[in-house]
Amino acid sequence: MQSETERTVSQDRRSFLGALIGVGTVGVGALLSIPLVRFALHPILAKTTETAWSDLGAADEFASLAMPMKRLIKVEQRDGWRKVISEKSVYVTKSADGQVRVLSSVCPHLGCSITWNDARTQFVCPCHVGVFAPDGALITGPPPRAMDELETKVEDGRLKVRYQYYRQLMPTKEVIA
Amino acid sequence: METTTSTNEAPSAQPERQAGRIFAWFDRRVALRALLHESLDEPIPGGARFAYVFGSGLLFIFLSQIITGVVLALYYVPSADHAHTTVAYITKEVMAGSFLRSIHAYGSSAMIVVLLMHLAQTFLYGSYKGRRELLWISGCALFALVIGMAFTGYLLPWDMKAYFATAVGTNIASEIPLVGDWLKRMMRGGAEMGTLTLSRFYVAHVFLIPAAIFAFVAAHVYLFRRAGAAGQISEDPIKPKQKPERFYPRQVLMDLVFSLLLIAALGFLSYFVPMELGPKADPSDTQFLPRPEWYYIPVFQWLKYWPGGRAIIGILVIPLIVIALFVGLPFIDRRLERRPWKRPLTVGVFALVFFSLVALGALSYRDDHGDPGVVKQLAKQREETEQFMRAPFEPERMGASLADAAPADPLVTAGKALFEAQSCSACHGEGGEGTAAGTRLIGIGAKMAPEQLAGLLRNPTDKMKDGGMAPLTIKDEEIRAIVAYLNSLK
Repeated sequence: MQSETERTVSQDRRSFLGALIGVGTVGVGALLSIPLVRFALHPILAKTTETAWSDLGAADEFASLAMPMKRLIKVEQRDGWRKVISEKSVYVTKSADGQVRVLSSVCPHLGCSITWNDARTQFVCPCHVGVFAPDGALITGPPPRAMDELETKVEDGRLKVRYQYYRQLMPTKEVIA
Repeated sequence: METTTSTNEAPSAQPERQAGRIFAWFDRRVALRALLHESLDEPIPGGARFAYVFGSGLLFIFLSQIITGVVLALYYVPSADHAHTTVAYITKEVMAGSFLRSIHAYGSSAMIVVLLMHLAQTFLYGSYKGRRELLWISGCALFALVIGMAFTGYLLPWDMKAYFATAVGTNIASEIPLVGDWLKRMMRGGAEMGTLTLSRFYVAHVFLIPAAIFAFVAAHVYLFRRAGAAGQISEDPIKPKQKPERFYPRQVLMDLVFSLLLIAALGFLSYFVPMELGPKADPSDTQFLPRPEWYYIPVFQWLKYWPGGRAIIGILVIPLIVIALFVGLPFIDRRLERRPWKRPLTVGVFALVFFSLVALGALSYRDDHGDPGVVKQLAKQREETEQFMRAPFEPERMGASLADAAPADPLVTAGKALFEAQSCSACHGEGGEGTAAGTRLIGIGAKMAPEQLAGLLRNPTDKMKDGGMAPLTIKDEEIRAIVAYLNSLK
């Protein structure tokens, strides 16, 4: 078949040009794909802005807290090109030495919502029966660590909390960026 | 057919290397060798030339438009509420976003430039002759589809110029008798421009027209291969006599060199002069002067000469005659003579149409630059676009903001009262939104430090004074309040 067509370039030249085309195309293609990859990976690579502090209520409201109390907080977050306000539930409780602590209701095992059981005076995760003490310490069950404590501060007499998510299934608490 | 596939089996005479064996494995199942032979060994009478690169160049930019278009859709939302925000997000925040959007937007101009080059080469070389009527017609259809892509894509950013250019474009369609009004409502999704217009243009831009382009490209390439490359102007277009050279490798290399030049030009332009985005479409604006993209300018100018009752001639009759002559070219110019100097009539008519379009473009430029009112308004529009581009990206708020719910800063409240009492709002608008007489102040806090703002309020620059800004002679405390209020404007 090949011998039928007239050859205008020698076989050597043909394979040299072929190599040039191959290498050139791959090289330029790789260069051009850099902006495409950066563009597509923007939500993963870009630094996330810190979530703002959410208001929990007057600080002295929690001074005489006997049992953990569930609170809904509003969190303002960036979601791509939008700013959304979502509601999250947290527990306000006290540590052994009487300090106010705010706990995330997200189970450190697989992320179910932990509920407070009044009768047992324990936190119980309904999914795989992780059991936690009123201050959030792990008692029994599959969770690898205690309930996650959120960062708090008191500003102008108001208790504020910074809501964050933490990686599941890890023995140590690690913020998800 | 089972019997024919067996003829494609690779001869196993010589010992095959590993790579060769893998190739042979695929070849037996896919007929790779036959496929490669079919696509790469196409004979070009008279040999490879740089004059033949434009078709491949068009395919290459089209590919680039598909890739950049698909990734832009990762962030774009085709709704009147969000389109502008998402394009601003792409342009101002997403990594490489401004660059890729610019490649896509400039790419539409590049498509038209290369299309005109491809057309000029085909025309001057007489490559539409010799049983190539359908090839030419499929090319004309592709021309129309590319123009359609440019028209529908232009609206998608939903900024001032997109909105008003499309409002004008769809209004032109309504001048067509009988079906015109229906056509306009069909395109707009109602009597008015709105979110349905955007949806319709989006569907046309990303689904319908691209699908039609794929079909016509397939037909165009098939018909081209069926007729064969036409070769030089001295060549017989039906039975070529000149020594052929295969498409691969030299013509492939030339095509790729041209494609590389195109992408390099687009890349440099996009990097150094990124495409801008204007302020969000404001249908209530009565000042805005829409100006179409450069390739529509001649048509835009042409329409100025056909007022009222005669508009039908300018909008429909003459364009239809030109289009019919253009599409019917291979049926009209039937001789096999290809040398341009031996075809003075066709070349002359084409040159006349081409230079008329260029002249219309020049007239439009002269009109716009001769009228001081137009010059001033266009300069103002440019300034507004640049101002918008300088402002940081403002995410869209879903629901009431937490800051809004919180009690307002008393200083800001005092500043707002002063802003109104000192008649600042008379020129700078309600809430500092800006008017024809005064600059927009929303977002000014992001551009200037509080001390700088306070300084300007006390001692305006000469430029500000010329615009009617009087120095404020009020207490320092009051200046602080106004500055706090200005900072709160977002």
